[in-house]
Amino acid sequence: MLATGLRKGLAKQKCVLYIERFGLNAGISTGFPGVPRSKKKVFIAHGPQADEPDSLIVRFPADQPLVLDSGAAIAPLQIAYQTYGSLNEARSNAVLVCHALTGDQHVANENPVTGKPGWWETLIGPGRIIDTDRYFVICCNVVGGCLGSTGPASLNPATGKPYALDLPVVTIRDMVRAQAMLIDHLGIDSLFAVVGGSMGGMQVLEWASTYRDRVFAAMPIATAAKHSAQNIAFHEVGRQAIMADPAWAGGRYREQAQRPEKGLAVARMAAHITYLSEPALQRKFGRKLQDRAAPTFSFDADFQVESYLRYQGSSFVERFDANSYLYLTRAMDYFDLAADHGGILAKAFAGTKTRFCVVSFTSDWLFPTADSRALVHALNAAGALVSFVEIVSDKGHDAFLLEEPEFFATLRGFVMAAAKARGLA
Amino acid sequence: MTISDPHLSMGPGARVDLLMIADMVEPGSRVLDVGCGDGALLKLLAEAKGVDARGIELSRDGVANCVTRGLAVIQGDADTDLVDYPDDSFDYVILSQTIQATRNPRRVLEQMLRVGRRAIVSFPNFGHWRVRRDLLMKGRMPVTENLPDAWYDTPNIHFCTINDFHELVKEIGAVTERARALNASGQLLRLDAPWWFWNVFGEQAVFLLKRK
Repeated sequence: MLATGLRKGLAKQKCVLYIERFGLNAGISTGFPGVPRSKKKVFIAHGPQADEPDSLIVRFPADQPLVLDSGAAIAPLQIAYQTYGSLNEARSNAVLVCHALTGDQHVANENPVTGKPGWWETLIGPGRIIDTDRYFVICCNVVGGCLGSTGPASLNPATGKPYALDLPVVTIRDMVRAQAMLIDHLGIDSLFAVVGGSMGGMQVLEWASTYRDRVFAAMPIATAAKHSAQNIAFHEVGRQAIMADPAWAGGRYREQAQRPEKGLAVARMAAHITYLSEPALQRKFGRKLQDRAAPTFSFDADFQVESYLRYQGSSFVERFDANSYLYLTRAMDYFDLAADHGGILAKAFAGTKTRFCVVSFTSDWLFPTADSRALVHALNAAGALVSFVEIVSDKGHDAFLLEEPEFFATLRGFVMAAAKARGLA
Repeated sequence: MTISDPHLSMGPGARVDLLMIADMVEPGSRVLDVGCGDGALLKLLAEAKGVDARGIELSRDGVANCVTRGLAVIQGDADTDLVDYPDDSFDYVILSQTIQATRNPRRVLEQMLRVGRRAIVSFPNFGHWRVRRDLLMKGRMPVTENLPDAWYDTPNIHFCTINDFHELVKEIGAVTERARALNASGQLLRLDAPWWFWNVFGEQAVFLLKRK
């Protein structure tokens, strides 16, 4: 089944359009990228999408390495990205969208792996709050990801085999440095806005700190300036589940045409609980049984909530690479913006001219409001222009991906006001 | 609009108490409005005085409204969140019609004068003759246009009179730079009137304070 999947995937890469080879085309593509519209689910999570994605790509040759926080470097480096809308003449209308842990660059187009709509199409698109008729929207797969930017599933040019664990560990700042290389490549000096939730929000904060002169407006949503002990603990459960699966094979599963499906599914199941809230689970499932009138007195998925989690786990392994999951969770664990600035978070934003819109959700226990408040305090101490609102929602951490009316009203107001201040309105 | 002060001519429709506050603010200064509601005062200050306007507001609706108007407002509580601001972060910290709703008005006022070089406070005067009449004649807590809630569901837990506030300012060692009082028809009371007169006929008061 996997081999069939790989063959389908290989056939598919022949259809890839608009692939940008380094040095050949430094220009900016406008309009909708050529994404083949296949509804068919293809097993490519650690196959061709890693090297030849259905996306625009830019390849930085070996003499332009991505130097990492660890001191190691990635070279050559590939970044896969999508763009929507067109860059204006002043190059002042670019919006960078940063994706979360298991997200990807397909923010506002049909996902080539799952066939589902883009993960933030409710927010981004023609006439939407981040209006692609007005703004040039860029979203790239993070370094360490598995949808076309260099990650553990990518082929290591030195060995001809996938990197697996030979890829150096990357940090949030490394991801942002790679994004900056892309933004430079696109000829953009200053971004109108950087927006993202969860791990994407960490990247937004890192942008606003490391490249503070290049960010006009920042929207860190449902995020924190550091990963909490509890969150690191949950990530460790996920990583151990993956590594305990014999099919993980020390990370070299792809060469053996297998993958740690069970381990990755368990990791996803555990993580998925943290994205929801007890009221949301209660409302959706309660103690309802799955297609049966009574408990079976077995370990079958009697409860709907079990069946739902199993589905979440099994569908995730079709689209995500287990080693990528290890790398990206690690990047989040290492994130501590204050620690990078002598333990004082305000120093991370000293002298900033960026305007911030910080949003948290009442039922988010993964990135609780207290985290956002700590961030807001630091921004205030740095004299930053900051707005902050806690949105009432019982949908947990995942609320940031949903069309919560109050949330969208806040973002709409913030984006409109920022556009006015930038001379884009 | 019954005020003749030319500095107060900032467009029609603005509330007179807000105009009085705006009149006390130097153009281009840094302002924090604590309990900024829907952002009406911040908007007025930003547009008429070109100030760098920031706000804190307790209600989510209020914050969302402000952000929609392009104002930098955070959700927060006057009683607990002022401590997070560094000393001298602002030229003015404003508390408009909010002090009576704080849990610890004295601490809030002290924090305001730490965070801001100056503080501006406006409040309804509980010493106004109508309030006195209601208590005296009806023996009931007054419910007026300015104070519309019954005693059991009012957010206003720390009412004071103009004289009370004046005493508090002295007690915390601050200085009143300017003070204004408005009667029930929104007219400015005479500046040379004695405090007792303001305390009886002023329905609202605005104080501009600085540290000693």
